[in-house]
Amino acid sequence: MASFFDLKARKAALANGAATKETEKKDGENTRVQPWVEKYRPKTLSDVTAQDHTITVLQRTLQASNLPHMLFYGPPGTGKTSTILALAKELYGPELMKSRVLELNASDERGISIVREKVKDFARMQLTNVSSAAYKARYPCPPFKIIILDEADSMTQDAQSALRRTMETYSKITRFCLICNYVTRIIDPLASRCSKFRFKSLDQGNAKKRLEEIAEKEKVGLDEGAVEGLINCAEGDLRKAITYLQSAARLVGAVQQPGGGDDGEDGMDVDKKTVSVKIVQDIAGVIPDETIQRLVKAMRPTTLGGNYTPIAKEVEDMVADGWSAGQVVTQLYQAVVYDETIEDAQKNKILLVFSEIDKRLVDGADEHLSILDLALRISGILGGR
Amino acid sequence: MALIVDKHRPRSLDALTYHDELSDRLRSLAQSGDFPHLLFYGPSGAGKKTRIVATLKELYGPGVEKIKIDARVFQTSSNRKLEFNIVASVYHLEITPSDVGNYDRVVVQDLLKEVAQTQQVDQSARQRFKVVVINEADHLTRDAQAALRRTMEKYSPNLRLILVGESTAGIIAPIRSRCLLVRVARPTVGEVEGVLRGSCEREGWEVREGLVGRVARESGRNLRRALLMLEGVYAQNEKVTDDTPIPPPDWEGLIEQIAQEIMAEHTSARILQVRSKLYDLLTHCIPPTTILKTLTFKLMPLIDDDLKPEVIKWSAFYEHRIKTGTKVIFHLEAFVAKFMRILEMYLMSMDM
Ligand SMILES: Nc1ncnc2c1ncn2[C@@H]1O[C@H](COP(=O)(O)OP(=O)(O)OP(=O)(O)O)[C@@H](O)[C@H]1O
Ligand SMILES: [Mg+2]
Repeated sequence: MASFFDLKARKAALANGAATKETEKKDGENTRVQPWVEKYRPKTLSDVTAQDHTITVLQRTLQASNLPHMLFYGPPGTGKTSTILALAKELYGPELMKSRVLELNASDERGISIVREKVKDFARMQLTNVSSAAYKARYPCPPFKIIILDEADSMTQDAQSALRRTMETYSKITRFCLICNYVTRIIDPLASRCSKFRFKSLDQGNAKKRLEEIAEKEKVGLDEGAVEGLINCAEGDLRKAITYLQSAARLVGAVQQPGGGDDGEDGMDVDKKTVSVKIVQDIAGVIPDETIQRLVKAMRPTTLGGNYTPIAKEVEDMVADGWSAGQVVTQLYQAVVYDETIEDAQKNKILLVFSEIDKRLVDGADEHLSILDLALRISGILGGR
Repeated sequence: MALIVDKHRPRSLDALTYHDELSDRLRSLAQSGDFPHLLFYGPSGAGKKTRIVATLKELYGPGVEKIKIDARVFQTSSNRKLEFNIVASVYHLEITPSDVGNYDRVVVQDLLKEVAQTQQVDQSARQRFKVVVINEADHLTRDAQAALRRTMEKYSPNLRLILVGESTAGIIAPIRSRCLLVRVARPTVGEVEGVLRGSCEREGWEVREGLVGRVARESGRNLRRALLMLEGVYAQNEKVTDDTPIPPPDWEGLIEQIAQEIMAEHTSARILQVRSKLYDLLTHCIPPTTILKTLTFKLMPLIDDDLKPEVIKWSAFYEHRIKTGTKVIFHLEAFVAKFMRILEMYLMSMDM
């Protein structure tokens, strides 16, 4: 029996718990080789960066060993899933995680009847317990189970309403945690039953600390401003920033050796090269300034003839170079709005065009025609037409 | 006989002839072992697929080239049976979920979990994870994309995804957040020329610089198109010179005709004539956006500069309607009518 628990504990301790017994033995060294976002997923609540308010409140509930129903919302890569998993782990410890926590996400079938059934079955199971006093001292193991509905914005309204009853019926022995990007996609009756926690886009200060930590552990050299570059390009999404960092590290020649772990002792080919802002922008798909400026120049009024040919040429090149239209629109917007040579009245007109084109792109309109139309119309406005 | 587009396809990262920096980047990612999920995007004919296959080879060795096609049947919750083809080697799978339209979620959900939960069969495989290549990822429904989210995180020890699409616009933010984005630009005209010369040499065709240059320019930097054009010229002519004409594809010839016709006469009788040609194109599965764009860009050289922004404006307008509406032909015709009107007004104002 003891060895059974032992094995289970070991398994659960492995990140993501997906590794099996055989592989654990056979290529134990390899199990740790995973994308950095997973390698550096916060393991405890205090590892979670930049969500101070939420974490403080949750830590308090941890001490009180009671929990309301919860609703986490916020943009991608801000720590929602990590936080609930860390919280559950701290509440129950590795042994009880399986029997006390049910995670349902968008990759599970979540029609009305299935949700009802799965939740019911899970909720009705008897509460498991451990006898070891040491374990209980370490983990609060409160007398309820947690049901995590991750990525809940993809649940239909009907499935959500079906949950209302279920939530009430089993409220003595279960707590729900709903997670979503857009809080408006959660129906009111559900949302109002939960304490809401907003996860903010990561700001410079906090995200910076985390990235620098990772860079240090992975022995990646960073140029001045590179971290700021990462954060800007990732638009407050820490997951994105970490992925960019990993890719940049590989590019400058930091190659992980087998057997590498997160203890930081593993060897890395520490090449002399460091990660620069330019490399980061390149990886993030930021369009070089020159390219945008060429387009802007082509759009400016000329005395000789029309602007069509030069604009069409620039746009054609940009499309062939594969720059995503969203990126073009964002950067062109920056270039135009902050251009002091353009009069306010013209800017106002230009903004309307941006609004229209953005909507079209979201609807799936052709990127080439949309960008060309945008550029020609701005050009027309600049030319006083 | 295989076409040269396929026959001469480079099979390893070293053999790729352009975007060397990108090849280096992919090599270093493949060699590092902690390979992230990737999202390849860029226009058609840029060489995305070739680059992915080369990356897979870098990851696993030549074994990935031994592929077979599996037909699988999936069951929807309403008990409908879906047939679905999977291209697979021992190390990777390639799927096009948009083949099953709105049922793509079922396929993605079931298949990926299954892959994630099975170990690499080949015990000596270089990577512990399997790769699943998802084509036309930008056409996946939102539900299917949502279904990928946790799967990409939870199963990352056993599974990596390579998503491929022309643009990132159709891909939801949480998925973009989980991938490293890899932009593949079309090769430059000079690079296209280089590839064309290489293919001529391998086929024992005499290199005609004039022709190579023209093909490269007319292809719009689309390498697949350029190679098909080149092969077409050599296949149809005994003797190839610098000025041998490059035959356009049939459908393009037809659109050229439409352009001429609507320039010449602006009447409803003419719209009627054009309609049958448009139908013809549609029944031959030319995508409506391609029809509208090709027509627009064939009209451009025929009209006055002053009119061009206006025509582009309406072309973009009706293309958007094609995407959001249901009756494609309405919007194509509306564009034709609008164009005639614009031209007519312009000509009248010139007369005054
Ligand atoms: N606040 C944070 N502190 C530390 N790491 C974070 C934080 N937010 C995100 N990360 C990093 O990003 C990865 C993804 O975070 P997580 O899965 O929690 O995001 P999420 O908010 O659930 O996003 P999504 O809405 O896309 O599901 C983590 O594995 C971790 O590496
Ligand atoms: Mg999440």
